[in-house]
Amino acid sequence: MDLLHFARGIGLKVALSIFFLGVTWRIVSFALLRIRREYSKPRESVSKYLIGGLIAVGSRSWPHREFIARTGAGEALGYSYHLGLFAVVLLFTPHILFLGSLLGVSWPGLPSSAITIVSVITLTLFLAVLFRRVTNRVMRLLSNFDDYFSWFITMLVMVTGLAATAHIGGPYETLLAVHILSVDILLIWFPFGKLMHAFYIFPSRAINGALLSRKGATS
Amino acid sequence: MPPATDDLAVGEMLRRHGVSRRGFIKYCTSVASAMALPPWMGPAMAQQLHGALRPSVIYLSFQECTGCFESFTRSFAPTMENLIFNVISLDYDDTLMAAAGDAAESALAKAMHDNFGKYVLIIDGSVPTGAGGGYCTAGGKSAVDTLREAAKGSAAIICVGTCSSFGGIPFADPNPTDAWPVSAIVSGKPIINVSGCPPIPEVITGTMLQFVTTGKVPDLDEHLRPKAFFGTTIHDRCYRRPFYDQGKFAKTFDDEGARNGWCLYELGCKGPTTYNACATTKWNGGTSFPIESGHGCIGCSEPGFWDKGSLYAPLSAPDWGKAGESSPRQVMEIAAAGIGAGAVLGVVSAGSGRLRQYRSEHPLDTEPEDI
Repeated sequence: MDLLHFARGIGLKVALSIFFLGVTWRIVSFALLRIRREYSKPRESVSKYLIGGLIAVGSRSWPHREFIARTGAGEALGYSYHLGLFAVVLLFTPHILFLGSLLGVSWPGLPSSAITIVSVITLTLFLAVLFRRVTNRVMRLLSNFDDYFSWFITMLVMVTGLAATAHIGGPYETLLAVHILSVDILLIWFPFGKLMHAFYIFPSRAINGALLSRKGATS
Repeated sequence: MPPATDDLAVGEMLRRHGVSRRGFIKYCTSVASAMALPPWMGPAMAQQLHGALRPSVIYLSFQECTGCFESFTRSFAPTMENLIFNVISLDYDDTLMAAAGDAAESALAKAMHDNFGKYVLIIDGSVPTGAGGGYCTAGGKSAVDTLREAAKGSAAIICVGTCSSFGGIPFADPNPTDAWPVSAIVSGKPIINVSGCPPIPEVITGTMLQFVTTGKVPDLDEHLRPKAFFGTTIHDRCYRRPFYDQGKFAKTFDDEGARNGWCLYELGCKGPTTYNACATTKWNGGTSFPIESGHGCIGCSEPGFWDKGSLYAPLSAPDWGKAGESSPRQVMEIAAAGIGAGAVLGVVSAGSGRLRQYRSEHPLDTEPEDI
């Protein structure tokens, strides 16, 4: 069994199993946790604080007017590399074939040259994000292994994918195998690190927003 | 077939056939060019060959389909007949030789004896070792015994085809004859693998010619294949590569994309991971190659190609080794198992968390028991 055969065979199978198990475990254990009982009388009706929760999902996804000068650049950076990631993952034809073979659906992709340009821009943004994290004293204090490893594994997937597409650094099959192996590692790490924010981000905003609405605060 | 002890040098033989020295140098230069050798190699090859006796070559066929030999016979430059009549002395080849039985086996024994340490051994087919080697025998000897005996006196071994190079289809799971490539059985001899199922004719003859004229093993890759022919992937030199770069792919073998010659990656083409000269040297005297004929590369010159999943699954698709079983169904099974186990773990974790939460909120409830 060669490396590529392992990476897209048993390696991928194990990684997907751990991914599904881990994500479900994290979501179920989170969803079943008891929310601390509120003894105060609700300021709003149930329907209104549920709507408040939904509003919070939107309003917290955009910098507050008062802080836009301070946080706008950081958020723009964050959104940009996320968009780049989505474009590369979802619109590169080999990725569509990969996802299509897993999900049984297909959709049109972008030319490889366009994906290469988006990849290089996204990689640059990724480096900028890391630079910001290590140069900003507060962010540096807040960061731990989880942040850096999540960044590293995502970066590894991007770099190996770009190298495989551009045939840089070794034979194509080796680069492709390393790329798929890095995806396997990312899938395994996903539920246990901060990459899990992909599942938590909107529910947590909605819950916070609903709880604040219940107290009569603007979400 | 000329005898092994033929004492006519190649130059003299060619002169008798009416081939001028200039014509011979031109021929050697064109061969050197085809093999991507430096320009000075053409005259050097001609000089080496001109005064040399034709080197003895022994061609043994084991567990194979004769497709590789069929391919060998279709070489255009150099042609097989030119090679065996003018350049080498093919002293044994059970497919081509007129002799049979004891006469053929005597020819083999004589060639091995007379040219001990000097002959080139060409092997075609994998070597079955199961049942005491009984799956493949000739003249009462098993293939594995014949190989070991013939390898002892060889100057080098050229493995023609994926079966002798990497085991090929006989070596594929479940390998019922316990077949092996030559490199797994012979050690201590230079081995040159000319893989392919079958190999390109000109790659077979070119590799033979280079070795017999220079006496040196060419630059080889990690799979012992000549870099001159196996240095780049088919994808790198494919005329459909621009369509890959543009993201234009044929979805089926008869859709508009296929008719427009778009990339066959989605149809399972293994060109990106296959090292061979198909896209440059091509087949049938440079007429075309499989991708040009509308079918994706199946990666036949790579080790283990038969066990690497479906020939029609894209390279980036998961390879779960069960032909005919669709990946979405397998993903559903994996997801169902993972979600089920995860849900159980989640409930246990949440219960434990609730207990901790309760204890942290009601410390007094637990104190009487603790005390």
